[in-house]
Amino acid sequence: MLRQLRRPNLAVGGGIVVLLIIIAVFAPLIAPHDPIHDANLMYAGEPPSTAFWLGTDDQGRDIFSRIVYGARIALTVGLLVEMMNAAIGIALGLSAGYFGGWWDEFVQGLTNVMLAVPTIVFALALMAVMGPGIPSLLVALGLTDWAYSCRISRAQVLSMKSSPFIQAARTMGYGPGHIMLRELLPNIAGPLIVVATMGVGSAIMAEASLSFLGLGVVPPAPSWGSMLAGAREQLIVAPWIAVFPGLAIFVTVLGFNLLGDGLRDLLDPQGRSRR
Amino acid sequence: MALVILRRLAQALITVAVVLTLVFLLFSVIPGNYVSSLMAEKRGVDPAVAARIAASLHLNDPTPLRLWHYFVDLLHGNLGVSFSTQQPVTEMLSGRIFASVRLALAAISFAIVTGLPLGYLAASRQGRWVDGVAMVFAVSGLSVPAFWFGLLAMYVFSLQLGLLPTFGYGGGDLAHLVMPALTLGIAPMALLARTTRAAVLETRNADFIRTARSKGMSEGRLVRKHLARNAFVLILTMIGLQFGAMLGGSVVIESLFAWPGVGSLLIQSVGLRDIPVVQGCILVIVLFFLAVNTLVDIAYLIIDPRIRYK
Repeated sequence: MLRQLRRPNLAVGGGIVVLLIIIAVFAPLIAPHDPIHDANLMYAGEPPSTAFWLGTDDQGRDIFSRIVYGARIALTVGLLVEMMNAAIGIALGLSAGYFGGWWDEFVQGLTNVMLAVPTIVFALALMAVMGPGIPSLLVALGLTDWAYSCRISRAQVLSMKSSPFIQAARTMGYGPGHIMLRELLPNIAGPLIVVATMGVGSAIMAEASLSFLGLGVVPPAPSWGSMLAGAREQLIVAPWIAVFPGLAIFVTVLGFNLLGDGLRDLLDPQGRSRR
Repeated sequence: MALVILRRLAQALITVAVVLTLVFLLFSVIPGNYVSSLMAEKRGVDPAVAARIAASLHLNDPTPLRLWHYFVDLLHGNLGVSFSTQQPVTEMLSGRIFASVRLALAAISFAIVTGLPLGYLAASRQGRWVDGVAMVFAVSGLSVPAFWFGLLAMYVFSLQLGLLPTFGYGGGDLAHLVMPALTLGIAPMALLARTTRAAVLETRNADFIRTARSKGMSEGRLVRKHLARNAFVLILTMIGLQFGAMLGGSVVIESLFAWPGVGSLLIQSVGLRDIPVVQGCILVIVLFFLAVNTLVDIAYLIIDPRIRYK
């Protein structure tokens, strides 16, 4: 296992993700200022200095502290959204592959519909109905990006359905629920973990995009995306407002993508070319 | 072959119908409609007039009946009237589709011109440092938030160097197109580089390549006649998917660069809860995706004879 850390993707990606979790958990100990209440127009738009490591925003809040607390929002949204997507995708894909017939046709049709509408557009429509905020964000993103894990789990089940150990389970009298969850799921988990890892990254990106548009996390909560929302207007006088929150998104998404790549080499060696 | 094409078209039409129904039902949950938004603006609309407008627009009918009217109107090319500007939605969209498609074409061209050679280069030097650098570049391209990249490009190329205009359409000149197109093209470029590399590596180990090589075919001819043609089927799928999704994917970039396309109209209308316009924008985005991917499917039938007989 330790030898696997020599793979650069796995080590770098895993390192970034672990670091993020530590930052999110210990945010109050790391951040020198309060992310929301330390607004002071006396210090508005200060460039990076020893007092404010990454500068301050247009309301005088410390950008570094806001980025540290922002890790909590990004990770919470990313993990919860991907858990919802994975649960929906795997449940539909497993059952469609196992039962076949009209149910399979229906699930495949639904998957094609989801693929025809870009996730961000579907999520925008849902946000328009529910209004901005983290709860609607979780619903909007958690219901719209499951097509990929559905396809993968269906394809895996199809390739495994007639193998001897499944026939044996059936002969022993186990029902479809037991066979799907206890026999099939553990055997197809590898590729699904890879898809889910990268899914966390794309969920964080989607949250940032929606918040950037003003339709995601509501200010003054320190979301990396909403921190960038006002940056365009401040670009001439305070470019650091635009630089650091975006860097945080970039490094985070990169971490999950690298971890996904590394896990694929480890868990799913044949699938290297699939994505 | 004609039958297969007809089947594809039918599938695409069904998908459009399902998406529109879902979106329609979703928005029927929101209270308020054209008339209530008129009344809310306090323009002194007579309640009797309001009631007549509501009746003529079938606003008081039950949801299934309104869905029926929506589809009948749609087939007559009527997408309804904007709540906020009172303009017909078709009119608002028609001016913007060209701008969006132009941006998408520029972005996908950039992605193809840079992503394909990069992926091919990486595959032909597999495991060497060129491959490593190219793939680090690709995974970074996949991870970078496009709107952030756009902001930084704006700062460097417009504000610092003064080479390009910051944002806007600029009456359609090329200078205004460059930054939005590059920004939008980054992620597809990275995906194309990865797909090309994987496709070339996979095809290179195929039996027919070994056969061709062992019968003494020159490398150049081998690449042109066998490798490129077979790898291209995989690459074309990725290009089709990326290009098709671009009208939807460009919503954030269009907003950042104030590009007058369908995406920025969608964002504005979501903010205003202008539902007929939101529905119209989603219709355009979905139709574009399905049109592109149906065309790609038909292109397969021409490129790859094996698919024709399945």
